Amino acid sequence: MSDQTTGVPQTVTRAPREAAAGEEAYLEVTDLQVQFPTADGLVRAVQGLSYSVPLRRTLAIVGESGSGKSVSSMAVLGLHDRRVARITGSIKVGGREVVNMSDKDLEGFRGGDAAMIFQDPQSSLHPYFTVGSQIMESYRAHNNVSKRAAKERAIDMLGRVGIPNPRRRVDQYPHEFSGGMRQRAMIAMALVNDPKLLIADEPTTALDVTVQAQILDLIADLQRDFGSAVVFITHDLGVVAEIADDILVMYAGTAVEHGPVNKILGEPLHPYAWGLLESIPALTGEPQPLHPIPGTPPSLLAVPSGCPFHPRCEFKDRVPDDWCTTLRPDLIPRTADLGRTSRCHLKEPDKVFETEVLPRLP
Amino acid sequence: MKEEQAVLLYILKRVLSAISVVIVTLVASFALFFFAPTDPAGVICGPRCTPERVADIESSLGLDQPKAEQVLLYMKGIVVGREYSTGGVVRHCDAPCLGYSYTLGQPVTKLIGAALPVTVSIVIGGAVVYLIVGILSGTIAAQVRGTSLDRFVVGTTLVVQSIPYFVFALMIALYATFLPDSRYHPFLDNPLLWAGGLLAAWLTIGVTNAASYTRYSRASMIEALGQDFVRTATSKGISRRRVVYRHGLRAGLTPVVTIFGIDLAFQLTGAIFTETIFNLPGLGLLTLRAFGQYDLPVLMGGVLIGSVVLVLMNLVVDIVYTFLDPRVRLG
Repeated sequence: MSDQTTGVPQTVTRAPREAAAGEEAYLEVTDLQVQFPTADGLVRAVQGLSYSVPLRRTLAIVGESGSGKSVSSMAVLGLHDRRVARITGSIKVGGREVVNMSDKDLEGFRGGDAAMIFQDPQSSLHPYFTVGSQIMESYRAHNNVSKRAAKERAIDMLGRVGIPNPRRRVDQYPHEFSGGMRQRAMIAMALVNDPKLLIADEPTTALDVTVQAQILDLIADLQRDFGSAVVFITHDLGVVAEIADDILVMYAGTAVEHGPVNKILGEPLHPYAWGLLESIPALTGEPQPLHPIPGTPPSLLAVPSGCPFHPRCEFKDRVPDDWCTTLRPDLIPRTADLGRTSRCHLKEPDKVFETEVLPRLP
Repeated sequence: MKEEQAVLLYILKRVLSAISVVIVTLVASFALFFFAPTDPAGVICGPRCTPERVADIESSLGLDQPKAEQVLLYMKGIVVGREYSTGGVVRHCDAPCLGYSYTLGQPVTKLIGAALPVTVSIVIGGAVVYLIVGILSGTIAAQVRGTSLDRFVVGTTLVVQSIPYFVFALMIALYATFLPDSRYHPFLDNPLLWAGGLLAAWLTIGVTNAASYTRYSRASMIEALGQDFVRTATSKGISRRRVVYRHGLRAGLTPVVTIFGIDLAFQLTGAIFTETIFNLPGLGLLTLRAFGQYDLPVLMGGVLIGSVVLVLMNLVVDIVYTFLDPRVRLG
């Protein structure tokens, strides 16, 4: 553990806020690093990421494209090609260490205790196999049952995710399903083995808003039924408000803010999160120009020194010395509220937010 | 049930268009050959030939008729058969009649019937070799992409592809003397002798084509293994082998099937190098000889078989495709 007393930036950081529901963490990620050596250099996709999720809770991971949210969650299921990706740190799922797990153990682990829903159901379902056979395959990989029993299970699952006439639908191909139905089928496939951990990687991005709301309700309902821990990856703050208990804001491969959803959406403490809120267009009143965060996300080949957000940060002048450009801030509580952490040198960020940022919000 | 009807209708349409393609090909090649400055009667008659004798032969072959009439007669022969009179003897040629060879005096259908099994044996055996070698090495190379094994496989295919086909065939014929003598034995007589006699030809076709099939399969598998649905399959917890060979190969092989269908058709009509070098009496050799001797009916027969095979293979590929890829059903 590092804290302010040493003043030395460290990558090993743990969120002190542990299991808000008073439960033990089911997924526990500690100091995760994912790197890809390429011809252009080392891509540091995830650097020192730590978080935990207990059963029955939903953590939303938000951030721009390339912030490492998908890469880190694929690492949780051990989906990276080990010849390509260097993964260090620790990922514990139900007490089992996933980093460096053998291929054999990974096969038993994936899709059983931990399952994943992917972004684009159009390309994530195999076009040449029926929806039913794809669900059956997942079930039979973890349960020693007959094809007939697996098919009954697939029909049952399709019914549970709200697909009408599942007995007929089970023998159809993905292209015979609509976009929303495909995502329901993906969810049925992910949940067929009653996973205790469900990772949803932007499951509603490819869907229209009405269907999106239905899918969110469905995931929330199913989570209640199954009692799973859910990690929900998205860049849509509206979705976050609807579904999450906690939020982890990622920037340049690391967490910059972590805490309960109402706190972070209501009163964020990190300038990047402020920028995110400002960039949401107002739906009422006169049309206003959009307020994007200036600049572009940093290249993961050359992550800026110090705080990775400093080149885009309008508050870096408020920080004494050259801390922003030289010292990487730790992810620690910055206010009296110990339940939330952020990675920013700014003093009294809650006051800055209230007096300067809040009035600007649409 | 509607779906089956639609598939049947689709197949029917395709067969009709296939037949029309064959007819057009026939008329065109008939025109090409029969308008060419050839002198079949002179060839048949030999060097010391009287003009009366030539005229007699020409009338017996029907060559003195107007060209349009000759085409019609030929077509009629295919559908209902026709009669030939040579020197007062009338011979009936049953449908489908493709005429008589000028030089061998046998019905073209009989000649083709004897040559076709040879060519089919050569091509199918070769295809088994190159499909197994090509797809396997391509799939393995795709899985270890970027490693030295992958570079070795790709390099080997480049070397093999750079050698002209006939040079490769000649080298096999010259150096691979440990192989059994190249000779055609009918399969039903003795399968072992059949396989032994064709081994050299199979090896030649197999190795030369395996190079391109390795490259097709490698490229196709690399693409397939990068697809989102392969990642989904991995996330289910099934074995890597099942991910690659069930999910990856299923998607990766579909484009290879198309190429294979067309390749097979071309090989069936044009195994001329292989048949000549290994002296196997197949279709290629038959038509090559006919060409040298102005044996127009045999040439026409070769063209007919070639176009039928080509069109048929296209049709087969399309139909197979509807089973491989459920999205293209109903064409």
